[in-house]
Amino acid sequence: MNPYLAPGLILVLLLTVAIGAYGLRFARTTSDFLVASRSVSPSWNAAAISGEYLSAASFLGVAGLVLRYGVDVLWYPVGFAAGYLALLLFVAAPLRRSGAFTLPDFCQVRLKSVALRRLATAFVLFIGCLYLLPQLQGAGLTFATLTGGSYAWGALVVGVVVTANVAFGGMRAITFVQAFQYWLKLTALAVPMVFLILQWQSDGRPAVTPPGPVFHAATTVTIEQDAVLDGATKVVAGETLRFEAGDPVPRVSTVDAEFGADWLLPDQTGLFTTYSLILATFLGTMGLPHVLVRFYTNPDGASARRTTLVVLAMVGMFYLLPTLYGVLGRIYTPQLLMTGNTDAVVLLLPEAALGDGHLGRLLGALVTAGALAAFLSTSSGLLTSVAGVIFTDVLRPGRSGSVRDFRVATVLAALVPTALALQVSDMDVSQVVGLAFAVAASSFCPLLVLGIWWRRLTDAGAIAGLIAGGGAAMASVLLTVLGPPLRGGFAEFVGQPAAWTVPLAFLVMVGVSLVTGKRVPADVGATMLRLHAPESLRS
Amino acid sequence: MADPPPRPRVRVVLGDAASRRGAPDRARADLDEQTPVGEALVKGLVRAQLALALRLALVVAAGLGTLPLLFAAAPAVGEFKVFGVHLPWLLLGVLSFPFLVLVGAAYVRWAERNEQDFVALIRRPER
Repeated sequence: MNPYLAPGLILVLLLTVAIGAYGLRFARTTSDFLVASRSVSPSWNAAAISGEYLSAASFLGVAGLVLRYGVDVLWYPVGFAAGYLALLLFVAAPLRRSGAFTLPDFCQVRLKSVALRRLATAFVLFIGCLYLLPQLQGAGLTFATLTGGSYAWGALVVGVVVTANVAFGGMRAITFVQAFQYWLKLTALAVPMVFLILQWQSDGRPAVTPPGPVFHAATTVTIEQDAVLDGATKVVAGETLRFEAGDPVPRVSTVDAEFGADWLLPDQTGLFTTYSLILATFLGTMGLPHVLVRFYTNPDGASARRTTLVVLAMVGMFYLLPTLYGVLGRIYTPQLLMTGNTDAVVLLLPEAALGDGHLGRLLGALVTAGALAAFLSTSSGLLTSVAGVIFTDVLRPGRSGSVRDFRVATVLAALVPTALALQVSDMDVSQVVGLAFAVAASSFCPLLVLGIWWRRLTDAGAIAGLIAGGGAAMASVLLTVLGPPLRGGFAEFVGQPAAWTVPLAFLVMVGVSLVTGKRVPADVGATMLRLHAPESLRS
Repeated sequence: MADPPPRPRVRVVLGDAASRRGAPDRARADLDEQTPVGEALVKGLVRAQLALALRLALVVAAGLGTLPLLFAAAPAVGEFKVFGVHLPWLLLGVLSFPFLVLVGAAYVRWAERNEQDFVALIRRPER
């Protein structure tokens, strides 16, 4: 095992707890605790938002997908970044001006409906758990891959550290922690990439292009499931195969991956899936509960806009890197295409390319520390927002509670996903994250966009749209994750549902609102003024 | 060391001070009282901001959203190489991010200008 690994991981954990404790000194009241008293500077806030957003799916998953499927999955990082543009264009400033801290708050401010607030709370909890689960799973799988230890141990450690940090530090501490973790994640991918590219140059720039991947060095691969190699040779689980440098990588029947021109060139079919993915990621970001909470920490609407722009730049800068890891992984770690463990490419690439000398091991420990930061920061942010919703809407509806209640809410919010993560270990990390985006895009995106820009939205319309669009997306998620394997066009339809659930949600919301026009809140004019007029005009 | 005598507490209220600036004028009153004129002013701002956002969303839809169709309709585009890199990799993996940031920067600039125009309209209704 890599000797730098344990010290690196312990350092990240200690720094996280230490910065959290440092922040705690400033957190004295419930208001400090929940919204950092709105005194966080824009650059800190932007780094914190980015740090919170770049999850395990971004840090590990994107590179793994590129290694496996090639150019077609580049829509994932593009969409993850473009989501912030949609947020900037349609939501950022008005949402900040609304004064809402959570999505249910926004429902109350805009439509004054308790039933809608309850429904929105249910959606926040569903999306929060759906997004928290793969983070903990990813943590467990990383620990298992690198240390050979148990999956449950890794998931449990991250779960406990995150819960303690959120419960005792609140968001003020979390802001500093998240900002630190953005820069850690960027460094952890950027520094090794410099050395990897130098190594690639000195290796004579081996090509990734067809006829297909070859082994860069002699490699031993252990087969984990009974399979057929290249459609001819049968292998059984536990068998070890030896490949020499220059041997072509065989296709394993149990691992879904693309080879040759399929990998290199855009798919000629599958437009439905591509556009569905684009819709889900472009429009889903604004509906993720942990993203919106952050906007309350901006002092006013204009600074919310500027912060979002900085976030877009920071996130975009980060997403240049995972693609390179995926491409270089094709050269240096092609055995992952045989084992199917492609999510580990970022973790394994430094040692595979640079050898197991000090440099390779040091950089390997650095990327692992970055991965840990990814799990910690996203799950902290999610937990803060889910706990915030439990705190305000489930524990003490309508009354302001104490810091102790927030701690109880945090523990409650962490229990379900941690318990689920210990049970389920074989779900696909990036797929679950994509489904969370689809649910958010078909529920909260129409609610926010119509609520902010359209006066005639009614509570009945919003409820009907949430149930129709969000409900359909939720049903698709449950069918995909828990149901039997599906085939053909129907599988595409359900596996990537945003292309039909998002328009459905918009249509139902608009249609029902028009029919129930009498229910438009009487003070919609005042609300619109509050959402859109600059703060300098407030009296 | 002896503690200095406690200073009396000062209540700092920025919002009130800002609102006290200048005499109340007609357009401000229209806004606050939700008269038809005030409604029309707010509607104008909302419409301007929405039109701006939709226009820029259209730019992104045209710039990025048409790419899958283009790659499917004209496979030759996918084979085209720039500096040894296939065009789709370059467009999606690298160029899309600065493009998004540019669109975002343009939006922030123009949205702030819309707001300044609105404030100017309210503050100086006589001109």
